[in-house]
This record gives sequence, structure tokens and C-alpha cells, in this order.
Amino acid sequence: MQKSLVIYPDKCTGCLQCELACSYQAEGVFNPAKSRIKVFNFHDQGRFVPYTCTQCDEAWCLHACPVDAITVDMTNGAKVVSDDVCVGCKVCTIACPFGTVNYNQATGKVIKCDLCGGDPECVKACPTDAIAYMDADLTGLEKMRAWAAKTDAALQAGA
Amino acid sequence: MAWTGKILRVDLTKGTCTDEPLNMDWAKKYLGQRGLGTKYLCEEIDPRVNPLSPKNKLIMATGPLTGTNASTAGRYSVITKGALTGAIACSNSGGFFGNEMKNAGYDMIIFEGRAKTPVYLLVRDGKAELQDGRGFWGKSVWDTEEGIKKKHGDPLIRVASIGVSGEKGVKFACIVNDMHRAAGRSGVGTVMGSKNLKAVAIRGTLGVTVDNPKKFMSAVAKGKQVLADNAVTGQGLPAMGTQVLMNVINEVGALPTRNHLANQFDGAADISAEAMAEPRASDGKPNLVTNAACFACTIACGRISTIDRTHYTVAKRPQYQIASGGLEYEAAWALGAATGVDDLDALTFANFICNEQGFDPISFGATVGAAMEMYEKGVLTKKHTGGIALNFGNAKALTKLAELTGQAKGFGAEIGLGSKLLCAKYKRPALAMQVKGQEFPAYDGRGIQGMGLTYATSNRGACHLRSYTVASEILGIPEKTDPLATKGKAGLVIAFQNATSVVDSAGICVFTTFAWSLDDIAPQIDAACAGDWSVDNLLLVGERIWNLERKFNLDAGFTGKDDTLPKRLLKDAAKTGPAKGLTSGLHKMLPEYYQLRGWSKDGVPSNKTLSRLAL
Repeated sequence: MQKSLVIYPDKCTGCLQCELACSYQAEGVFNPAKSRIKVFNFHDQGRFVPYTCTQCDEAWCLHACPVDAITVDMTNGAKVVSDDVCVGCKVCTIACPFGTVNYNQATGKVIKCDLCGGDPECVKACPTDAIAYMDADLTGLEKMRAWAAKTDAALQAGA
Repeated sequence: MAWTGKILRVDLTKGTCTDEPLNMDWAKKYLGQRGLGTKYLCEEIDPRVNPLSPKNKLIMATGPLTGTNASTAGRYSVITKGALTGAIACSNSGGFFGNEMKNAGYDMIIFEGRAKTPVYLLVRDGKAELQDGRGFWGKSVWDTEEGIKKKHGDPLIRVASIGVSGEKGVKFACIVNDMHRAAGRSGVGTVMGSKNLKAVAIRGTLGVTVDNPKKFMSAVAKGKQVLADNAVTGQGLPAMGTQVLMNVINEVGALPTRNHLANQFDGAADISAEAMAEPRASDGKPNLVTNAACFACTIACGRISTIDRTHYTVAKRPQYQIASGGLEYEAAWALGAATGVDDLDALTFANFICNEQGFDPISFGATVGAAMEMYEKGVLTKKHTGGIALNFGNAKALTKLAELTGQAKGFGAEIGLGSKLLCAKYKRPALAMQVKGQEFPAYDGRGIQGMGLTYATSNRGACHLRSYTVASEILGIPEKTDPLATKGKAGLVIAFQNATSVVDSAGICVFTTFAWSLDDIAPQIDAACAGDWSVDNLLLVGERIWNLERKFNLDAGFTGKDDTLPKRLLKDAAKTGPAKGLTSGLHKMLPEYYQLRGWSKDGVPSNKTLSRLAL
């Protein structure tokens, strides 16, 4: 089954707990610079937007990799970089339309979200539930529910 | 582990940057940040030095938890001899700068001497260099931060800088990081300006580790749950910010109004959290855009606000028609109640200017309040104010003075003296609502008796954050005490002072203590740091820090006589509300305070106390 991270930017406070959890899980240190998820602060508008890999089905990064270092984790659909195989050529970072695969100078490999093997730390660390992890077919469900509630309210108001 | 074990010493006179190992013996005795920075300052400067001379030093210090995922663990402090007070200064700031410093490999940066021409410090992962800052001198905090990021082509650099007010010697200038978080009080920005140091720009990617990760992650998770489950930190602060207090404090008759002439403000509701959430007529949007967190903070009390685009302050100035740091309670009180101004947009604008030009809204608003009283009493006239009608409640006077003070121009330069010097200049010293040169924050010591003692004994001059007994006296945290009673307040203030010294030295935010006691905090410190960090030892560390600060002040020339309040609080009774008829009972609390502290009748720590604390 494919699973996805779903992000609700309106709930984000910009605290970076997701970045801390990610860097700790992946690198063993607290270091936002090494996080696979990034929170962007659009200061003048008062908006915080977390952003990370959406695990494309036909993943550009996977197809671009000349040494097949990026493979699919069949349990959840994550595209995972194998450090043993990656040669640090960075072609995947060019291929990815979203910028969510990045080179790590310290190791000479690329880093990207791997869904933590199916138990994403960022989701657990977020204090406001701005990141959720769910069945990839159901990512729109909560938004639909919210709009459905509004639609119903409008009908009631009109009645 | 937790500490990086490294400090950076920047000699501005010589233009050198040198790494040094952190004195770990001191770290074990003073923890970090406030405590450790104070220890270094006390060892390295003569307490009698002029705060603005090159012989004063300025220390930026993180705590051992700074940069970890403990909730709120992104704090740093600036320790120096304060320009506003001449006392020990320690101003604490959130945002993201503290974490960046830690991730760049430093527990602390010590600035000494004075640069010949303006400079800024650039630090990248353990490499530091001074850069020519002349191009940024004369620029605002906002332009400096943006300009430095642009110049070095790195939007992820974090910057702490001073505005024009700090360059020009406004006594209560701040050091502002991340656009609107500030080491705000006591004039630490003024000291930075006197050193010709415009900014500190840091990019850190080295990573932060702790001593016992498994224990640490479990202690941190428990701590976060406590914050989430608490009504204040889990609901009140994220939804309403510190501004949740405006109506509460007004109702208990402890909202100092019009330079403490009154203790309740009829405009309180108009400048409260509730007002910030109210949609406005022009565009249907409220003042408050969103709440915002500092680094690693799971509370997120910060306010991001906009000003009504049709308001006189911004209608013709699109650069201020943005979302930026909004009103927190202290700023709303000082800019509003202390001056009698109830125009929410005017206060928000004045607050923007305080952030943009880097000066403390508490001292600024309180000083404007004192000037307004002098104007209404005829001591000041339009001749002095440059034509400004400085009546209580005049929003346009307030916003005009904010802009002038930001540039230290016209009557703004006189406001920039702070209330003590300003009122002394016009021979009305009793009208300055200050202790040790620093203006009161937003609680009346008549209506909340513990806060009177808090202000009188605070080592950095009047300050609510040194012992926030409001928590107990008004909010009932950890237990309810009677705000109108003096009995037991000496012990209460001491307990808060010691515990807060620990919190300020750890790298976390004092707002966690609405929910956390040291029982919640100690396991986090203990797992992060090598050594014994039990509650008992932490309390001893807190008491040691308090006494070290006290010793600095005594050596700087302060005496027990400075532990007092303005006559207005001691002689003039509160006029309305629950505290009606009451003055501050400081004379009843202070002797007991000295005794419980193990100090002499004149407020000097006894040898026995000093040796018990290994000082």
C-alpha cells in the first residue's frame, strides 16, 4: 500500500520540530540543515509552509539515477536512496521538479525523505498536527470533509 | 555533548577572532547562558566600568539545551553591563538565532574592545571573521538582516543586529534577531552600538548532540506532553498570546495606566487579545494573522499581525502593510495603557518601529508615559517636544515619537534617555516609574504585591521576568496566593528568582514554567548534560547565579538603598478595583527577603551565604 505525508500549512507554527526529528532520525544529531523536510517562512504574509518529497509514482529522481541507487520501498511506496550505491552525481537533484532531493557535502551522497521506513518522525514530532501520514488514496479526505461541513452549513443557513 | 565546549572571543579593537575551550568547571557551576555568561563577565570586567566604554564586554550565550528538540530550546542571552541601568544586564531572546550559534559550534561569543569603524561578525560552521559593516551602518534591523543575507547569497543565515537607535545611543536599544525577536531590555543594543558592532550573522550546520540520547528523547517527550495538556501553554498562549493577560490584569486592578496614575485602563479591551482577533471594518480581517513559534517551541505564543491599511500610520506607506511581529502583552501595555492610547493599529505600528529600529517597547512606552505626565503638568511644553501635543491618549504623538526615537532625532533623542534621566533632567525624578534605571513592565506592585518586591530586588532593574509571581498571585500556578497580601511573598519571590535563573541558563523559555516545574525540566537537562543536574543541584545553581549577579551590582556601586520603588507606589494608594486603598507593602517584605536570602540588613550576601554557594 502506498502511504503519503499530507501537509496542512495553515496549522504550521514554524517551530521546526519536524526538522529536528528528521535530522535526529536520519543523522543522529539535531540539525535542521540536514533535515529532509523543510519549513518555509513567508514572513511578510505570516505563512509557514512545510515541504518535503511527495514520493512520486513515476519518480523523476529514480528514473534519472544512472546507477539505480534510488529504489522503491514496496511497503509504503517511498523512494529510498541507497548510500552504498549512490555516487553523488546529483543528477536526481536536477531531475526532481520540486527540489526535495538534495546533496549532502558531508557524506557525498544525496538525501531525501524515505518516510522513516513507514513511521515518519516528523508526523510524531509536529505539535499542531500539521503533518499527517495516511493511505495515499485518502489524502484529500479531510479537506473534503471540511468543505462538506461548510456546504451543509450554507444549506442550513439558507433553509 | 549539549555544550559544544567552545567559545569564540572577538577582539573588536584588534579585529581578531579566536576559539577557546569552554571552562567546564564553570559550566558545572553555572549551567550555561545567563549563569555562565554572567560568570565570564564577572571574571573579565571591572563592575565599575562605564557600560559604553571599550572595557565593557558583551557576551552572547546559549544554554546546553539550545539547539536540541526540547520544547522552546532555541534561546540565547546577551550578558553585559547594561547601558540603561549600569547594573548586570541579561536579555534573553527566542527566534532562531540561538540555535544557529549552537549549530555553528559555539556555546558563547565574547565581544571585547571597540572597532574603529562599523563591522559585523560573520560565522559559518566554526569559522569566524569580521566584515566591513560601514555599508549597513545607518540601516534598520530589517534592512540589515535582509542586506546581509543577500550580500552573502544565503537566505538561511540568521542575523542579530541593532537598528539606528542602538547606533545613536538610545539607552534602551535592543539586539533584534529574526526580524522581531529581541534581547530587549537594559540597553544591551546600546552597548553593541558603542562597540561599532552592527550585526552578528551566523550559519550553522554542524549538529547538536546530547549526553544520553535515549533518556533525553524520553524526558523531552514527557515535557512536551505536559505543555500540550496544560490550559495556559496548550490553549491560552497559542490562541491569544501573552495578550490573554490584558483584560485579566485590568480586572484585578493591576494594569498600570497613564504612568501609574491609575491602576485600571478604560481602553484595555480595545488593545487586548480579543480586540486583535476582531475583524476590522475596512477589509474584514483581524489584526492577528497567525500565531508563530520560536525555534523548537511547541507552545507558539508569538503574534504575527497586520495594520489596517487605511490607518493613518500606513495608508501611504506600503512597506508597513505587511505581516510582522505583533503586540505581545508587555508591549501592548507600555505603548497603550502606560500612555493612555487605545488605538490598536497605532500600537501595532509603534511596535513595528520598535522592531525595525531595535528599541525596547517597554522602556519606550513607559518613558513616553512619564513625558506625557510632565507635559500635562506643564513641565514640558511644545517648545521641548518640537510641537508635539504630548497629552495622555494621543496616538499620533506616540507613533511620531516611536519614529523619532528610532532615529534618536528631535524629542525622540530625549525619550531615548529613558525615564530616569529624562525626569531627572526636568527635575521631576519621582515621575520616573523605574528601579535601578529600568522602567516597570505591565503589573502594578500595589495590586500584585509580589511584583513590587520583584521589581525592587530584580538584579537588572525593574523586570517581570526575574520572578513572575503573577503566575501564583493571579493565575494560581503552581498554587494560588493572595495578590493583595504581603505575607509569604519574600519566600515566593526568592523561589521564583532561583528557579527562573535556572530556566534562563538552560536554553529554554521561561513561558514553559506556566506548566513545567523543575521536576519536569531537571530530567531534560540531566539527560542532555554530563554531571549531576538533580532538582536540588539546579536550585543551588539558581541561587548561586542570583547571588553572583547581586555581587556584581554591589561591586558596581549599587546598595540596598536601590532596592526600592518610586514614591507613587509606596505612598499613593491604588484608586480603583480590588487593590483600592492599597500601597506597596515593600517595607514589610524586603527585610524578610534579605533574611531569607542570607544577606545583611543592608542587602549584602553574608560570607556564610557566599561560601555555602561556593562563590
